[in-house]
Amino acid sequence: MTPLDVEAVYEALAETLDAVGDEKQRMFLAKLALLLARDLGDTALVRQRIGEAAKHLEA
Amino acid sequence: MRPEGRGETESLYFRYPHFDPPEAREVLSAAVPVAIVGAGPIGMTAALTLAKEGVRSVLFDAKSTFNDGSRAICIARQSFNILERLGAVGPFLEKALPWTTGRSFYRGQQILEFEMPDSPREKFRPMYNLQQQYIEDFLWRAVEAEPLIETRWQSEVVGVRDVDGGVRLSVKDPLGTYEIEAAWVLAADGARSPIRKMRGLRLKGENYEGRYVIADVQMAHDYPTIRRALFDPDCRRGGTILVHKQPDNIWRIDYQLREGESEAEAIREETVRASVAAVLGELGYEGAWELEWWSIYSANTLALDDYRDGRIFFIGDSAHIVPIFGVRGLNNGLADAHNMGWKLGWVLTGRADERLLESYTPERRGATLDVFANASKSARFMTPPTSGWELMRDAALNLALEHPFAGELANPRQMTPYTYADSPIAGPKGDGRGPIPGAALPGARVEGGYLQDRLGAGFTLLTCDAGLAGLADVMLYVEVLGVGSEAAEVLGLGTQGAVLVRPDLHIAARWERAVPEDITAALALSTGRARA
Repeated sequence: MTPLDVEAVYEALAETLDAVGDEKQRMFLAKLALLLARDLGDTALVRQRIGEAAKHLEA
Repeated sequence: MRPEGRGETESLYFRYPHFDPPEAREVLSAAVPVAIVGAGPIGMTAALTLAKEGVRSVLFDAKSTFNDGSRAICIARQSFNILERLGAVGPFLEKALPWTTGRSFYRGQQILEFEMPDSPREKFRPMYNLQQQYIEDFLWRAVEAEPLIETRWQSEVVGVRDVDGGVRLSVKDPLGTYEIEAAWVLAADGARSPIRKMRGLRLKGENYEGRYVIADVQMAHDYPTIRRALFDPDCRRGGTILVHKQPDNIWRIDYQLREGESEAEAIREETVRASVAAVLGELGYEGAWELEWWSIYSANTLALDDYRDGRIFFIGDSAHIVPIFGVRGLNNGLADAHNMGWKLGWVLTGRADERLLESYTPERRGATLDVFANASKSARFMTPPTSGWELMRDAALNLALEHPFAGELANPRQMTPYTYADSPIAGPKGDGRGPIPGAALPGARVEGGYLQDRLGAGFTLLTCDAGLAGLADVMLYVEVLGVGSEAAEVLGLGTQGAVLVRPDLHIAARWERAVPEDITAALALSTGRARA
């Protein structure tokens, strides 16, 4: 992915998060995580990313 | 509980028998080899297993009829194998409803259909539905016909005391109180086991949050015997509902209570009727129905640290309580009874050393812990304990509307028979082909019948090597299988291989190249006459 691709995904996520609304954002993200994890097909990498995403949440 | 105006055991479809306390009073105190406390399905199965081994037992039950409170309905293939070994499977096959399929729904839409493992090699189907009253009734027929079993109804065991070489029981019935000495005691007295309390033992483990009302209704509902799970249905937002078909047009409906919903309110008859009516609406059923019975439960995974206390063994719910989602309460108990029954039977008839009994707890408690692991997964899906589990469960269900892979997370993966892999009486493993020692005997077709039909009453050696046929004696039955036959293939047997099968249909040992001395040694190990 080029920086431009990442930016496009970033924007699509932001827009969809707003579109689904505050109440459904958690559910949306959880569904997306499951879908992407399956596409990635690498359990170890997924678990590593889960750990990384859980870091610095209080920063 | 039953509807207003109906007696405690006044069923729409089942006539509860009435049993009197024993009449012949002068022989009540005669010592017995085995006393079994509790004449439910587990106690009766233990008594029948002992009788098969030629051992006499006395069954005590405090009630005057069958259980009304305990309501197991799912009997697994492995339990049918046990019932068949005991010569009691006939009426079960006639009455029970076999099933292989489960369906899960999310907000009214089917998200998963699963099949339990089945094949033409298997004599029995993976699961059968039958009301516990019938289970007890059919076992009772076999118990009543068995001269080695004496049953004493309305007989409550109110005291236990260890004595030299046995246990002294105090028994109270409506006609008096007496003492009786037993060399061994099997406590099959259920989840609230009075024997367990008298011994000061406690179940340990976890309690789960979700509470369910369980109700049986009678209705002419046209749907096959398929277990249905409804997640987040319109009639019970956020809750889970399970629906099972039983014989006699009886349907089992389990529905989850909402958080904060009062139990007292939930089990009021009007509330139950309204809740059931809503579920039936969700199922699309519009005909007439009658309420038969209801109760309430929550999921627990609790077990004793040791299933043995001196000369008392705990079998069934007295030793462990498992959540219903795994359908292992009854099935696990039947396996306990059968495991204990043959071992104690062999010890009391001099064919095994008392040390064999030491394998009971590791084998059966191991099976319970395995159930706990599976049941905990199911329970977490059915009734998520925290917001994280709940979010992921809901996400999986929601995703499953379009992506079947997510629906697989709702697959309960019930009932693969437990392997006694770490058993102290498991023998050589061979080269790893075929089922390992401790595993349940797999199914296979043999000459128009099934592999299990070819077994002897005790241990059986299955081999393709006709030269081993001469090993047969009172302890061992030898069955020679065709080279390359389905059974040989399923067992991973080559021309010189052999598999030793225990009386409870678990594999004791296996060899790629079997020689008589090794087989004799394995038989000694599996009967406690030698150590590993």
